[in-house]
Amino acid sequence: MNKIKSLDDLRKMKQNLSSDISIREKSNNPEKMVQIRVAMATCGIAAGAREVMNTFLEKIEKDSLPIVVTQGGCMGYCYAEPTVEVKVPGKDPVVFGHVDSKVALEIVDKYIVKGELIDGILPVNYQTIQEKA
Amino acid sequence: MELIKLTIDNTPVEVEKGTTIYQAAKKIGIKIPALCYMNLEHLGIENRPGGCRICVVEVAGRRNLAPSCSTSVMEGMVVKTNTPKVLNARKTVMELILSDHPKDCLICPSNGKCELQSLAATLGVREIHSVENAAMSTYRKDASPSLKRDMDKCIMCRRCETMCNEVQTVGALSAVNRGFMAVVAPAFEQDLVKSPCTFCGQCVAVCPTGALTEVDDTNKIIRALADPSKTVVVQTAPAVRAALGEEFGLEPGTRVTGKMAAALRRLGFAKVFDTDFAADLTIMEEGTELLDRISKFLKGDKSVKLPILTSCCPAWVNFFETNYPDMLDVPSSAKSPQQMFGAIAKTYFAGKMNVKREDLVVVSVMPCLAKKFECQRDEFKVNGNPDVDYSISTRELAHLIKMANIDFASLPEEDFDQPLGESTGAAVIFGTTGGVIEAAVRTAYEIFTGNKLNKIDFKELRGLEGIRTASIDFNGTMINIGIAHQLGNARKLLDGVRSGMYNFHAIEIMACPGGCVGGAGQPYHHGDSSIIEARHKALYKEDEEKTIRKSHENPYIIKLYEEFLGKPMSETAHHLLHTHYFDKHKV
Amino acid sequence: MAQIKMHLLVCGGTGCRASESKRLVDELNAQLKANNLDEEVKVIITGCFGFCEKGPIVKVIPDNTFYTKVKPEDAEEIVEEHVLKGRKVTRLLYENPETKEHVSDSKHMGFYQKQVRIALRNCGFIDPENIEEYIVRDGYAALGKVLSMTPAEAIDIVKKSGLRGRGGAGFPTGLKWEIASKNKADQKYVVCNADEGDPGAFMDRSILEGDPNSIVEAMAICGYCIGATKGLIYIRAEYPLAIKRLQVAIGQAREFGLLGPKILGSDFDFDIELRYGAGAFVCGEETALIHSMEGKRGEPTIKPPFPAEAGYLGKPSNVNNVETFANIPAIFLKGWEWFSSIGTEKSKGTKVFALAGKINNVGLIEVPMGTTLREVIFEIGGGIKGGKKFKAVQTGGPSGGCLTEQHLDTPIDYDNLVAAGSMMGSGGMIVMDEDDCMVSVAKFYLDFIVEESCGKCAPCRIGNKRMHETLEKICQGKGTMEDLDYLDNLSKVIKDTALCGLGQTSPNPVLSTMQYFRDEYLAHVVDKKCPAGRCKALRSYVINADKCMGCTLCAKNCPTSAITGDKKVPHVIDQSKCIKCGTCYEKCKFGAIEIR
Repeated sequence: MNKIKSLDDLRKMKQNLSSDISIREKSNNPEKMVQIRVAMATCGIAAGAREVMNTFLEKIEKDSLPIVVTQGGCMGYCYAEPTVEVKVPGKDPVVFGHVDSKVALEIVDKYIVKGELIDGILPVNYQTIQEKA
Repeated sequence: MELIKLTIDNTPVEVEKGTTIYQAAKKIGIKIPALCYMNLEHLGIENRPGGCRICVVEVAGRRNLAPSCSTSVMEGMVVKTNTPKVLNARKTVMELILSDHPKDCLICPSNGKCELQSLAATLGVREIHSVENAAMSTYRKDASPSLKRDMDKCIMCRRCETMCNEVQTVGALSAVNRGFMAVVAPAFEQDLVKSPCTFCGQCVAVCPTGALTEVDDTNKIIRALADPSKTVVVQTAPAVRAALGEEFGLEPGTRVTGKMAAALRRLGFAKVFDTDFAADLTIMEEGTELLDRISKFLKGDKSVKLPILTSCCPAWVNFFETNYPDMLDVPSSAKSPQQMFGAIAKTYFAGKMNVKREDLVVVSVMPCLAKKFECQRDEFKVNGNPDVDYSISTRELAHLIKMANIDFASLPEEDFDQPLGESTGAAVIFGTTGGVIEAAVRTAYEIFTGNKLNKIDFKELRGLEGIRTASIDFNGTMINIGIAHQLGNARKLLDGVRSGMYNFHAIEIMACPGGCVGGAGQPYHHGDSSIIEARHKALYKEDEEKTIRKSHENPYIIKLYEEFLGKPMSETAHHLLHTHYFDKHKV
Repeated sequence: MAQIKMHLLVCGGTGCRASESKRLVDELNAQLKANNLDEEVKVIITGCFGFCEKGPIVKVIPDNTFYTKVKPEDAEEIVEEHVLKGRKVTRLLYENPETKEHVSDSKHMGFYQKQVRIALRNCGFIDPENIEEYIVRDGYAALGKVLSMTPAEAIDIVKKSGLRGRGGAGFPTGLKWEIASKNKADQKYVVCNADEGDPGAFMDRSILEGDPNSIVEAMAICGYCIGATKGLIYIRAEYPLAIKRLQVAIGQAREFGLLGPKILGSDFDFDIELRYGAGAFVCGEETALIHSMEGKRGEPTIKPPFPAEAGYLGKPSNVNNVETFANIPAIFLKGWEWFSSIGTEKSKGTKVFALAGKINNVGLIEVPMGTTLREVIFEIGGGIKGGKKFKAVQTGGPSGGCLTEQHLDTPIDYDNLVAAGSMMGSGGMIVMDEDDCMVSVAKFYLDFIVEESCGKCAPCRIGNKRMHETLEKICQGKGTMEDLDYLDNLSKVIKDTALCGLGQTSPNPVLSTMQYFRDEYLAHVVDKKCPAGRCKALRSYVINADKCMGCTLCAKNCPTSAITGDKKVPHVIDQSKCIKCGTCYEKCKFGAIEIR
């Protein structure tokens, strides 16, 4: 183990280690974060939700985005799986259907980062993350 | 020195910074009652655990009451020592202490001498609430040849603990258990005889109650005196004559040598002898041994053990046997005066009187409780018969005199009997710190140099400081001397010798504060160390008034060598007057 | 390496470990492995979450799901349902006692809503045995900050923060540091008092188990401030888990160069040693603690000299308790202004309490100073168990007092509690309901004091024993009015004369119950009744003739044949024969036996 020889070393170490615990830091204040909930019921997993979830996680990690990814149960849109619910603070939550890795990256880049609307939003007919909580 | 102004009971007082309220009050004649607090100021010994809470006073602006023994004065402090709140607290605390104290004062060994008893009287405790429901803390009783422990009577003042641990560094007693069952005891509450106790008895000397007392041998004396088949002789140690008077209301420091001899005669002792005679004899033996070792050393004999250590004090002997078992060949092999006396009495004197050893009873009156242990040591017995049969304390002698209906004050002054009653000034000062070595120097000087001393007093060896050092010029040869009283100081001195810090030829050690004058068998000083100082001065006065002041000039000693012993360190002398020591190291 | 998408935080505090949280962790790991999830889901053992009533706790991150009373057997369901399929295991969720609804995450539980966590900031959040997690949470950044200041500047920040000692008396921490820093010596010591001894208190233990690094860091900060290079933690040997985690934290800190010579490139050297106490209550008193560390009898000595002048081995020493230290890094990270904005005028920041007794949510909580007792007991604590009536709350442990209904809206701070006849103490809070006899409660605390008194001073050694005996007498129905006066006088004298804080505060339970529940004392003494029916000697069992069916069951079971009566006719208890064993009360199927 390298010794921490200065305050700078300490800061660097903190930065390098941040991702280990960022998932918990983020969950501490979810209302202030963008939340992505991937439906991970049997239908979702069968349709490739796991891959979608990993894509989100990798993207967020790569770009160090303040986004928390959680998994949910079946939202009832089995026809449109994999489905992903996105809640941007201050905005109503939206649900995207038929999400694959490509769409996932688009959701992050366009909808979340740039605030542009993209295709694939499903009509809302369920409790949102916030209401349910 | 910074001065602090304050008022105590509306009286302004100015004292040095760091003074306690208790001391400041004392300065203006206000004696705040205290129980655990003890300050032997002449000896630098203080016990101040702040545990009894009797000395509490009210300090304006303070939320609770302040223990005056351990609260330092502050500028502008307003102290009241006798408000209703203070008086109630003091009395309530006293009531609590008494509620856990046996109520058998009338048959307690400390009856009439108990500080708790007199304080209860002062505070006017008349009732103890709900005494019938009150649990008592009780403990196993324990007796040794010298001391008895009845800790039901312990009030946790911790004075004994301070003496045993801080002053004497013996470490036999310390607080054990907690809460209501807290008590002072040897480790694991074992018997005192199994502990490192030296029987110096300083715990007894300071105990304010009857928890720690001496083993009372007065009845054995009464029985022996009444036995027509026995010849009972008595020897009295030097320090006794300077303290016995206190038991009869005389001023501390009053010398009662003559009255004491008269009283002993009236008690029925066949012969009233003096341990001082044996003290002179000790100087002959120990002084010779010292000179022998020094001469050999000066001739380059590296096997010689120096410094020589005195061995008159039985608690000190117990101490080095326990704590310095690797140094057993260092102390002088000379027996203590008590034992030399016994050995001579049961041989030389018994022969002269034509009394059988078994029919001669030798009683010693000692300022000491360790002497009770010493006279029972196996090496001081011949076929089971001890050289000294019984050793009683100054206090026990006073008690015997009172029991025998003797009015001490009106007694005439009488002399000791001969041949074991003659002594020199050198022997008298054995009873105080520095005295043994001064006596030894007076004789050793004259023998070593062959010259007469011009000046007999060696003031440089006197005083009450715990550790003293001096160099005496033996006609060009400087003899370095160390003196310590209190075993803690002895330990420091010895450790200093071991580490090479000191380079002495001879060391005198006495276990008790001030030497034998402060012995544990002396009348209780109740925390007033000026009493010990007064006794100390009285012995030097007695020395001054003696015509013969050097041991080797004692005519009866000269005669004893001529008639019986031959010369110092002769074979007979070795057999009767010297001893050896044992490893009593305890884990 | 696969992305970690989920953390399962499992409480590894002493309480939850006792309910098999260790086996639960093993089981969770096994299940994850079986489902090939062990690379994307991490199980982390954390410190105490505080909600001990419902332990063991498992918290699922990132969705914050809070599972309660999780057994090792539940691991399979959690992994298969929640982790794999994203469906919460409803039966393990916390149920709101009022609405009976399941609450899925801790943010919406009454227990957590009013809490502000400073001292407990990392407890239940990080792995206490991994210094890296502490570092990510800005660990040791406060130390880094302090090392760039002068000690005087740093002490000034502690002073301005208004932090007061959390061990009991509430002495201003900054002032204490300043005094220790001004006393010159070749060696000084920083001492952490981890000798938590109040019955039912486990604040310090939880901090040490959940966030040991914060104590290590704070002690180093203190060392820099007062000029000490050595730290000593006096910890009860009965806290094996806390000891282990401290050892791990100290070891890791040394490995990382955060303890030892030239910390963070400065000229400051500091290291910490553990010292074990045998669990004597009085050793929480700082002078007694120091004597105990020196190998002497653990008993207090009169102050002055204070430890800041002559402490461990006669050297200036600064003694603070665990919780006080736990606040220090946060003060330096977030600023004294932030800290002093929390709390009341004279009591800043938060206080950790161990909630216990007749309360629904037993556990460890941290609230801002100034929170009322009502908020703590009814909102966080979830009210009284079994819907019974609140009677009193005992704060400050054996040194504190019992507060009543009238004090419920008193904002909790040092001064208000003292004014009400209790004290902050270290943070024990025991709630009593209508079934508790206040004379017995006072007796219980005295029992403890009598057991724990060191025996040095007479008022505490004997006075508390006598008070205990008198209370016993009253509970036996043998008390007199004089006994009440006796208790009153004795209490005041002990308060005025005892040597140390333990003794001076020991009569508080008696004084406060005598003040607020005098009628209960009178009932015992005058009417020879125990209103709560607790005191056996004052209890009488009576058969309600209206309810008695004459089944004879009670008569058959009565060990002294005190009950007589024919079949199907109401029975009667002969009071002269009854030994009040309560067998009839337990046996009766009709509730016909009444305690009066």
